[in-house]
Amino acid sequence: MFTLKAGRLPPADVKNIIFLVRPRLELMDIIAENVLSEDRVRSPLRDFHILFVPRRSLLCEQRLKDQGVLGSFIHREQYSLDLIPFDGDLLSMESESAFKECYLENDQTSLYQAAKGLMTLQALYGTIPQIFGKGDCARHVANMMIRMKREFPGGQNSIFPIFDTLLLLDRNVDLLSPLATQLTYEGLIDEIYGIQNTYVKLPPEKFAPKKQGEGGKDLPTEPKKLQLNSAEELYAEIRDKNFNAVGSVLSKKAKIISAAFEERHHAKTVGEIKQFVSQLPHMQAARSSLANHTSIAELIKDITTSEDFFDNLTVEQEFMSGIDTDKVNNYTEDCIAQKHPLIKILRLVCLQSVCNSGLKQKVLDHYKREILQTYGYEHILTLNNLEKAGLLKLQTSSRNNYPTIRKTMRLWMDDVNEQNPNDISYVYSGYAPLSVRLAQLLARPGWRSIEEVLKMLPGPHFEERQQLPTGLQKKRQQGENRVTLVFFLGGVTYAEIAALRFLSQMEDGGTEYVIATTKLINGTNWIKSLMEKLEPPPF
Amino acid sequence: MVLCAELAGPPAHPGEEAGTLRAVGLAGGGMNRMKVDEEEYWHSSKCKAFTFDDDDDELSQLKESKRAVNSLREIVDDDDDLEKFSWSGEPVGSISWSIKETASSSSNTPEGRDSGLQKGSSSHPALPKQASSYSISSFFKGRNKLGSFQSLSDALSDTGVKSYAPELRRPKADYKDYSSDWSPKDTVRRMQRGKICSLERFRSLREKLELLDEAVSVHDGNVITAILIFLKRTLKREILFQELEVRQVALRHLIHFLKETGEQKLFLDLLRFLDRTEEVALSQYREHLSIQDAEKRREFLKGCIRLPFSSEDAVHVQDHYTLLERQIIIEANDRHLEAAGQSEIFRKYPRKASILNMPLVTTLFYSCFYHYTEGEGTFSSPTNLKKTFKIPDKQYVLTALAARAKLRAWHDVDALFTTKNWLGYTKKRAPIGFHRVVEILQRNSAPVQVLQEYVRLVEDVETRLNLAMKYKCHDVVVDQIRWKN
Repeated sequence: MFTLKAGRLPPADVKNIIFLVRPRLELMDIIAENVLSEDRVRSPLRDFHILFVPRRSLLCEQRLKDQGVLGSFIHREQYSLDLIPFDGDLLSMESESAFKECYLENDQTSLYQAAKGLMTLQALYGTIPQIFGKGDCARHVANMMIRMKREFPGGQNSIFPIFDTLLLLDRNVDLLSPLATQLTYEGLIDEIYGIQNTYVKLPPEKFAPKKQGEGGKDLPTEPKKLQLNSAEELYAEIRDKNFNAVGSVLSKKAKIISAAFEERHHAKTVGEIKQFVSQLPHMQAARSSLANHTSIAELIKDITTSEDFFDNLTVEQEFMSGIDTDKVNNYTEDCIAQKHPLIKILRLVCLQSVCNSGLKQKVLDHYKREILQTYGYEHILTLNNLEKAGLLKLQTSSRNNYPTIRKTMRLWMDDVNEQNPNDISYVYSGYAPLSVRLAQLLARPGWRSIEEVLKMLPGPHFEERQQLPTGLQKKRQQGENRVTLVFFLGGVTYAEIAALRFLSQMEDGGTEYVIATTKLINGTNWIKSLMEKLEPPPF
Repeated sequence: MVLCAELAGPPAHPGEEAGTLRAVGLAGGGMNRMKVDEEEYWHSSKCKAFTFDDDDDELSQLKESKRAVNSLREIVDDDDDLEKFSWSGEPVGSISWSIKETASSSSNTPEGRDSGLQKGSSSHPALPKQASSYSISSFFKGRNKLGSFQSLSDALSDTGVKSYAPELRRPKADYKDYSSDWSPKDTVRRMQRGKICSLERFRSLREKLELLDEAVSVHDGNVITAILIFLKRTLKREILFQELEVRQVALRHLIHFLKETGEQKLFLDLLRFLDRTEEVALSQYREHLSIQDAEKRREFLKGCIRLPFSSEDAVHVQDHYTLLERQIIIEANDRHLEAAGQSEIFRKYPRKASILNMPLVTTLFYSCFYHYTEGEGTFSSPTNLKKTFKIPDKQYVLTALAARAKLRAWHDVDALFTTKNWLGYTKKRAPIGFHRVVEILQRNSAPVQVLQEYVRLVEDVETRLNLAMKYKCHDVVVDQIRWKN
């Protein structure tokens, strides 16, 4: 299997070539180039096919036609891969532009895909009897689901429902969580290095095997690529912990593994030795896993102990706890003056805006001017997008709703226990993600208790029930947990996922959560998706 | 004789007229053919070659229709194992058939490859001009050969270039129940499943809108877009815009479609119709990014100034224009200076990059670096920039400081912070904290004596002490301790 690249196709002795692509116009141009540069005379004639994932697109086929290659394809089909499993409890559509399309362009294509994905899930795991939602997009998805069910009644299956509840949440109900810096182990890896499809690329120096007597020559230059998922025992244990709690877990693990290796001295009988040897592979895997994560933790620690990280985090936390959100912030200004990366600045000003329900005219103008003068006037376009998305806007009413929301939903918890948390606020060391609070309160005691606050958040909230065929009504056993599928429309962060997992394993929590989303995001790539693609300046 | 068909003009967009067809590269004396002979030539192949003049030949169209309808009955048979026959009587898929097809398509490129001999040129318009192309015969005119779904684009247009890959047996389902009598609802259902549909029979406005509304209600983006393409071609623009104004979903799809296909003019017209003036302004402004030449970009930006931006944005766009205008002047000047080799500063610190299109603050830094001593009168002086763009003191001082520190011009740094008060005494003041000044000086390896002086001015005592120790300003430390005691 080859990655799609411009130019010629890689040589291979095959008859059929299948292009498996997302329906994006740029990709069509690359494909056209591939097809056109096929050496007609030399190689045996090959057949081309194209599979669009998840759906065919008229515009893409039109583009292929314009490029003059549409006729070269014998099969043009679609492969309806809507939701991709990322882990045992995590599904994602990996649609990068979903947030932009839904909230900036009012384009509901990804919502349609979400609805289709949910229909597939229901076909596999049974109709979900209860649907709750908050937000305009949530409403659309629910409507589409209901309509789809009506139109294909044949899909009435006899599968015992696994999910009790579906919770659809618009990203713009909680704009705060992606903007703040995540502080879980996995969240920080994503923030600093970026996790792509469960893989992360890390600077190789710390991963070079240290040999005795070699003075650092032959250092690897290729970044170290690691896969991160729950199949790795140690990772599953530490990924959702607050980063400050990871160190102690790693040192404990180190002691256990050392002790295990020491056992070999105690093995006297052949039987004991045999047992030890049989466990060796597992122990070696554990040791290698420990080595990797110790290195990663060191890399992260270098960043989190830096002055800049600390200053940034301090300002974020001030905003989130409601301090000084209505004036121009000195740290932000300093960062602009020192020309820190633009996305960092945008995250800070947007965070301030959200925590203040919008900025006053003078403050907003001040920030805008400084940004445009320092980074270029063309960023008017990006600032405009941010405004449209509700991230950086003018304060319309004189009332700031955020303090009310913060107090009612207990979004800021002063006494956070990072080592042994008792509340979801540990994932941001103080801030409890609003989206997860909504899920938490839905389970207990229900949304009726927060009607007032819900009205302050954008979009309608609703409840729908889907009929289950008789006999499939779920009877819950004593102590058995409900299963709720939470679908984030517009993206979800690893910190929020960690918070939901925390709720799942809480004793007497009563609910287990499965998470689905349009895309796994962090603040940086999320803001980036809202920025205008600017051409590099001509030189 | 090898003939290369090439379309003059830019690649076609849906709905736009393509350039004229021009026969190029005729081998062997073709250059002298009379124009009338060209027509004959074009029509002389076994299979009807592609020309723009297809619609003139109604008789041949009719013949084809008849042939096609007759063969249709065979295909729509329930018997899966039927053979298909081409116009020439060969069984489709047979070797002889494919050879013939290949040979006759020499007016196009062989084997299903549309002529794309020139990179980027399209060999046919996306949509044909004529109205009668949706007869049954159009399905058989060198259709794309598929095992299953037809392309939705095929549902609309078809006299595009013919492709002659050996035809695979088409599933009967594609033609099942073909009738020309479907309601909008049925048509949309068929299009959803990728089946062939003719939209031409929807002639009245009411029918067309019914079709669109039906597509919207099933939420299928491709079908909506396909129908919009049809409406775009067959409705007067004003009517289309009017109807879409009250159909938000379809409107969104059209906007998305216009953006994707780069139909900027129509897109802006639509926005103007909808009175989304700010969007028009921003969208037009965005185009400046694709203009590489600085002078042309400046011209373009000048034109943008009077666009209906919000009042804040209007100022920024004006500034953008003014800045680029200045940069062009400075760039031209400085390039001269540098080349002449007389200016010391340019000799010592040759420029690594052009100042064009750099942000304002970067330009100010450049100006403080290379043109610090110039008076307010020149375009390249820092004070002129400060005045023109109303740069706040804080920003100005910071930038000037950074530039002069880099040049190790400590006296200039001093002068930045020195003011004479009414008694005639000099005093150092800064709109930014002195700890910042120290930071910047230190980053530029300022000598300890200089650093010391500014550390001494840091307001906060603790910070002062910390910095003094950090940068080894012993005098300050000593003073501090002495003062404490």
